[in-house]
Amino acid sequence: MKTWLPPLLGVVKRELLRFVNQRERFFAALVRPLVWLVVFAAGFRAALGLSIEPPYQTYIEYEIYIVPGLIGMIQLFNGMQSSLSMVYDQEMGSMRVLLTAPYPRWFLLLSKLIAGVVVSIVQVLAFLLIARFFDINLPYTGILILVPVLILTGLMLGSLGMLLSSTIKQLENFAGVMNFIIFPMFFLSTALYPVWKMRESSDVLATLVQWNPFTHAVELIRFSLYSTMNWLALGVVVVITLLFFFMACWSYDPARRFRASRTKKA
Amino acid sequence: MSNFALDVRNVSFSYGKKAALNNVNIQIEQGQTCVLLGPNGAGKTTLFSLISGLFSTREGDIAIAGKSLRTNGASALAPLGIVFQAQTLDLDLSVQQNLAYFCSLHGMNRHNAGNRIADALSRLELLDKRHEKVRTLNGGHRRRVEIARATLHQPTILLLDEPTVGLDIPTRRTLIDYLHNLPSQDGTAIFWATHLVDEVAANDRVVVMSQGRVTGDATAENLASQTGTDSLEAAFQVLTE
Repeated sequence: MKTWLPPLLGVVKRELLRFVNQRERFFAALVRPLVWLVVFAAGFRAALGLSIEPPYQTYIEYEIYIVPGLIGMIQLFNGMQSSLSMVYDQEMGSMRVLLTAPYPRWFLLLSKLIAGVVVSIVQVLAFLLIARFFDINLPYTGILILVPVLILTGLMLGSLGMLLSSTIKQLENFAGVMNFIIFPMFFLSTALYPVWKMRESSDVLATLVQWNPFTHAVELIRFSLYSTMNWLALGVVVVITLLFFFMACWSYDPARRFRASRTKKA
Repeated sequence: MSNFALDVRNVSFSYGKKAALNNVNIQIEQGQTCVLLGPNGAGKTTLFSLISGLFSTREGDIAIAGKSLRTNGASALAPLGIVFQAQTLDLDLSVQQNLAYFCSLHGMNRHNAGNRIADALSRLELLDKRHEKVRTLNGGHRRRVEIARATLHQPTILLLDEPTVGLDIPTRRTLIDYLHNLPSQDGTAIFWATHLVDEVAANDRVVVMSQGRVTGDATAENLASQTGTDSLEAAFQVLTE
């Protein structure tokens, strides 16, 4: 009987080993949101007044508001980091070892995706632990509910990264993608400010924020931290995850990649 | 279904309008060593990419140990071992971790994998390198690790894509001898792509490819006589002109 668990666990273990071996990556993954939390939020808490809106029952400090956005940021960067490692694997040839395993391609890619999500959850939990030292106290039940939500949001952002990596031929092209995808996605979302705040300055930007899938990932995280559900965000995240994943599977065709590189050489 | 270790039937492939393979037929018996000789652009890499499932077969069919890739999908790849021309090990992981990762991709449990890894490393005299990171190994040792990895799941057929490229002469000789002994030791069939004629043993079967077609198929000795030449090098020249 064909066993599906060993390859899945093998891919997850490999990704965790690589993560552990790359201590700088772990450090960077934690420092980035902590800088936002400690420096950025401290500076902007006075400038950005926030009204009471769900899921919050009362006024909250700005540091509390941006925590879901920073969790989303960790997963967004991790998704891109995973896709960067896939581009590296393609260049180094180790992707061939994965793709010639006797399992369907969609399953192998899904395993790779799940491995990235596991790494991102480790990063988020480490971030939340350190954030407690800065008086960011979130409800424990919310953190428990957060884990399955992180799986879903991690899959969405990982699928996006995988889709991008399938279209990127060389490692050098990746920086451009970071600038054109990650930063607009992050800043045009509710990670740092609520949508009504954005609308005060621009209706167009507010609309873009509402259409941004990352906004829905952040809102899903935000609501789950307070043990409530944002059904719209859940629906959007599920649909976008499936869409990105199917597109990534479709576009991950080594023959097309090879053909493209030949055309480029010619 | 055929009993061949590898059965390539009527396979054609093109990149857009440019034909890369034209009606290729190759059948390799269990335990047979078959060397695929061809100049650059002959279609060797494309053929290997089709056999390894990296590319999808659109015309013709490929069966590995009797299981068609077209009808069985990726599961037909289970009896196939591959040594790619490019280095495909994870440099930041140890030899053991690289091999264990491969075992998991072939569905092996930890106990089974542990035994197979120890056996493969012992056969290639790599046991002392087991816990070293691949990054610290020289080219010859890395290549040996890749060969060990490709045999971990005891494949019916081993696909070798120019496995000795870039190695020094003594290392090349050792690996060539090891690979030539594999069929008699394990019954593993070998399909070995190379452009180095000195890697071919006299009784090896040689398939010559040129411009996407099979232009010669006989033992090294017979190929020379069939082409009216006195050596395999000369026969290769004639068959690829």
